[in-house]
Amino acid sequence: MIITRPREWERVRAQLADLGATRVFITGCGECATIAQTGGESEVLSAKQRLEDAGFVVTGWSVGDVTCNAGGQRLEARKHAGEIESADAVLVLACGAGVQTVADTITKPVTPGLESVFLGNVVRQGVFEERCQMCGDCVLDRTAGICPVTTCPKGLLNGPCGGMWDGMCEVVADLECTHVSIRRRLAEQGRAAKAEPLPPKDYSKKLKPGKVDIRPKYHGRKAGGAS
Amino acid sequence: MSRFRDLVESGSFVVTGEIAPPLGTDLTAMRAAVDLLAPVCDAINVTDNQGASLHLSSLAASRVVLEMGVEPIFQQTCRDRNRLALQSDLLAAWTLGLTNLLAVTGDDPRSGDHPEAKGVFDLDSTQLVQVARGFNEGHDMKGRDLKGATDFFIGAAMFPDAEPWDMQQARIEEKMAAGVRFFQTQAVFDLDKFARAVDVVHAAGAKVIGGILVLRSARAVRFINERLAGLMVPEAIAARIEGADDAAEEGVLLAIEQARALHELADGIHIMPLGLDAAVARIVREAGIKS
Repeated sequence: MIITRPREWERVRAQLADLGATRVFITGCGECATIAQTGGESEVLSAKQRLEDAGFVVTGWSVGDVTCNAGGQRLEARKHAGEIESADAVLVLACGAGVQTVADTITKPVTPGLESVFLGNVVRQGVFEERCQMCGDCVLDRTAGICPVTTCPKGLLNGPCGGMWDGMCEVVADLECTHVSIRRRLAEQGRAAKAEPLPPKDYSKKLKPGKVDIRPKYHGRKAGGAS
Repeated sequence: MSRFRDLVESGSFVVTGEIAPPLGTDLTAMRAAVDLLAPVCDAINVTDNQGASLHLSSLAASRVVLEMGVEPIFQQTCRDRNRLALQSDLLAAWTLGLTNLLAVTGDDPRSGDHPEAKGVFDLDSTQLVQVARGFNEGHDMKGRDLKGATDFFIGAAMFPDAEPWDMQQARIEEKMAAGVRFFQTQAVFDLDKFARAVDVVHAAGAKVIGGILVLRSARAVRFINERLAGLMVPEAIAARIEGADDAAEEGVLLAIEQARALHELADGIHIMPLGLDAAVARIVREAGIKS
């Protein structure tokens, strides 16, 4: 899931002031931002309270199922058309993808209330860790299911680097060196002897913006597949 | 051609030193450091934005050292440049007459003076070694023929004191398979650990130059243990420097002892003077390595 954290309240207020907004509609997200406790119903309601305490008028709010789903978001916008129309701006408590989906479906200015930080594993409720960069060129088959691109702070494919001490990372305190973890697991699985250094990564697989089209009827008609 | 390489490959015991290019364009202090080190050093490492902090480029500074009649070891880190820039700078290095290369990962930007900078690490040190070897064989990373190849003497870094050893050993072996002919190590405090590293390197026909840090003050020891990536001064040695009436003198005496010990085990020593450049000649001479 996409992990978000709240943007500083003063900055959000300044964004609304820049827009000259006194009337605000708030949109959260029923998926990732709900689980991350940054844009679910309870966070949307506390943002509403905060805005009202600061003298804003909140014209309405919504927490759709998945804010980055364009179809669902269009329905959500239609449902709240009057409330959105009477607002000067829409504050979105969702990831950057959600903010842009909202911006594409309405004409009012949209402003983000969260920072999108990473694609996260839910380690346990309320604890999220970054394990995948979505690089488009997966190496997990060679690295015992541990991603060095993501979990080595330098993103080195081969290691440990010269900063490793006692099996620990030099950059992030209390983090075991990913390359130590990888080599240990490879050894435990009897794969260490066969392990060769990984070749340089193909970053062309990660050229922006990504687009995937898997609709069968478009095959042969339109460029499909991942980019 | 590299006299340093000839010495290393013929089995002579070599001495290398280290200088940092300036933050700015005034080369006076850097030249003075070279003058102090040159009489006892077979080559001098020129660091590449060391400590992830801004300095004049190693490329330009290495050329200055060469023009002073001293052989530089051009250091290249993977932190600041992508594969296009790394390859382009390697070609530049060769055309500038720089024949000795030390390929290292580089400290993370977060530990330096521009912590906001993006760490590039498009290649890692092993991959950079593979690139340099490819250049020596006359082709670039894409396998295309170069108009004019290189013949770098390729070195890499090693940290023999750091555990776990089996993983360090695998790493050293991978670097040698990639094309490394010599290692310069981080500071050696544990001679037993150093000896096992030497065995691994010699088994593959490469050489090891053991690192010596001149611990000039109690403050320097604390700085190293707290701030420098992967350098851990053992308690007994820290206590010896901290308890000394003249810490700088004690640091030099310690370096002389370490140089003597490494003279028995290693293929050379690499002295990191930490500002005590004036003591380097004395360390080398009193250790009985050069007269």
